[in-house]
Amino acid sequence: MFDAILENRLLAAILVVIAVPIVLVGYIYLVEFVVGLFRRTTAGRIRPWLWLAPALVFLGVFLVYPTIATVIRSFQNRRGDQFVGLENYQWFFTQNDTLIALRNNVIWVIFLPLLVVGIGLLVAVLVDRVRFEGAAKTVIFLPMAISFVAAGVIWRFMYELDPKIGTLNATLNAVGAEPRAWLVEQPQNNFFLIIVGVWLLTGFAMVILSAGLKGISTELLEAARVDGANEVQVFRRIVLPLLMPTIAVIATTIIIYALKTFDVVYTMTNGNFNTDVIANTMYQMLFNNGQPGRSAAIAVILFVAIVPVMIVNIRRFQEQEAVR
Amino acid sequence: MTQAQAPVAIGAQVETRRRARPRLGGIAVNTVLIILMILWAIPAIGLLVASFRTAAATNASGWWTAFTPPWEFTIENYEYVLGRAGIDQAFINSFVITIPATVLVVMIAAFAAYAFAWMEFPGRNILFVIVVGLLVVPLQVTLIPVLNFFRDFTPAGIKINGTFLAVWLAHTGYGLPFAVYLLRNYFGSLPKEVFESAAIDGAAPGTAFFRLALPMSVPALASLIIFQFLWVWNDLLVALVYLGPVPQNHPLSVVLANLTTSFGGGWQFLTAAAFVSMVVPIIVFLSLQRYFVRGITGGAVKG
Repeated sequence: MFDAILENRLLAAILVVIAVPIVLVGYIYLVEFVVGLFRRTTAGRIRPWLWLAPALVFLGVFLVYPTIATVIRSFQNRRGDQFVGLENYQWFFTQNDTLIALRNNVIWVIFLPLLVVGIGLLVAVLVDRVRFEGAAKTVIFLPMAISFVAAGVIWRFMYELDPKIGTLNATLNAVGAEPRAWLVEQPQNNFFLIIVGVWLLTGFAMVILSAGLKGISTELLEAARVDGANEVQVFRRIVLPLLMPTIAVIATTIIIYALKTFDVVYTMTNGNFNTDVIANTMYQMLFNNGQPGRSAAIAVILFVAIVPVMIVNIRRFQEQEAVR
Repeated sequence: MTQAQAPVAIGAQVETRRRARPRLGGIAVNTVLIILMILWAIPAIGLLVASFRTAAATNASGWWTAFTPPWEFTIENYEYVLGRAGIDQAFINSFVITIPATVLVVMIAAFAAYAFAWMEFPGRNILFVIVVGLLVVPLQVTLIPVLNFFRDFTPAGIKINGTFLAVWLAHTGYGLPFAVYLLRNYFGSLPKEVFESAAIDGAAPGTAFFRLALPMSVPALASLIIFQFLWVWNDLLVALVYLGPVPQNHPLSVVLANLTTSFGGGWQFLTAAAFVSMVVPIIVFLSLQRYFVRGITGGAVKG
């Protein structure tokens, strides 16, 4: 019967869109009803877990279980029938290519978040003050909606060496400068790849920061202005501190994105000219070189790399709770 | 504040919003924004122009030369893309995949985020950080374990692998870490007084969630919907792996990505394809834009 419903896909989708919210809202009311049968303290203890349960089930199946499998796999040999200790990790840290990929990831992790958050914040704050807010936001958001493959096509033409076709070299030509091989010159070609990432992701930062900005009470801002604060003071003393949690969310997300960065490098240079990144190495090891053990070890190195970022997040949440 | 008053407070807020429209910026603000808009638009305009030219023309001269005679625009890229067999079915499939996957993520994440933000329980911060930390898991490493799970997990004889159900569930799992992170952060910044007075007035957590937390978080929910929709709509990997090689199930992203593999150097069709598949996410973005309004939480503190 279920198969038959899935066959008629439109009907199935409509059914799902109506039924899923009903079931989920019903679940919460059921939880509250059941919890209400217990004494207050007991209720307080079990309630959070029942609210979390749907999310934890999904995360467990789709992310935690594969992660555990990956960690185990990273200690196994190529065929996965023998434990080899730290061999895969040793391989990663002793290869020239992987160390260059690691260096490039450090460059990505430093500059991508800085530029994306910086420009995203600038746009989010400034669009509040102009008449063309909607148009400006749409233009900055637009690249988010373009597929990576298409973005790769257009940026190859942006960076093309021939000034007759390459937009940037045509511009250099117009001002009388020599054309440059943007994606070949090392190590700055990494920065030119990062610029593609910035173009793609700034819209993401801008939308989320803009949503956070709209949550700041207007009365507060007006009160400060009435008290004689200028716009720069209002921004530094009120807007920025209140927006800090949102900035931290975006920064964390973009740092993780930079660690995992893959699509831009894969579509633009495929790691050539010393632009490789570790996620691309991981992909090559998994799908082209038949080295799932090494690939898993790279994934585990990624998990370990975000631990410092997560510690900063814990501290921040503890502070947030202490003040509220 | 009781639940019945909440909508009134929000309604009253609309008035103050209109009055407190931020003062317009000077020349500097306008200039900076216009420069940024031009920088961001140039690659997109280049792509748009290329989508209306032949591959030979784009390879021979820069896109900016298309604006001077001889004008050699063509719609053949669009004709080719829109004339692909099964493109209409692919459009429908994209909606069928994207809408439930978005609804599931937003609702389940909202429950979890509310528990993380406003309920006390041991290990809360550690658990939350683990959830957010899962953002770093590369999708590629999850594919094989999850495929095995789908193969072995057949409740009541229902085969999940290769169905839309598999894609809905997988996208929900993958989308949750960011969704929980974003919403927990927004819920956590809501004024404490609102929830305290609701509790004093005897409102259950369920009521406080549906009547206070959700309506006050409309901008955050709107941005989450925009991005979850966009990610699922543009996703290629998850659809390819979990739907399998069944062409009539494929969403737009898969059909459009096949434009190059089956044609070698068909990149000029990709430029047209980019705009074809962009239309829907842009409409979603523009229509949710109006929920980015100032001052939804502002007046609530007074209650």
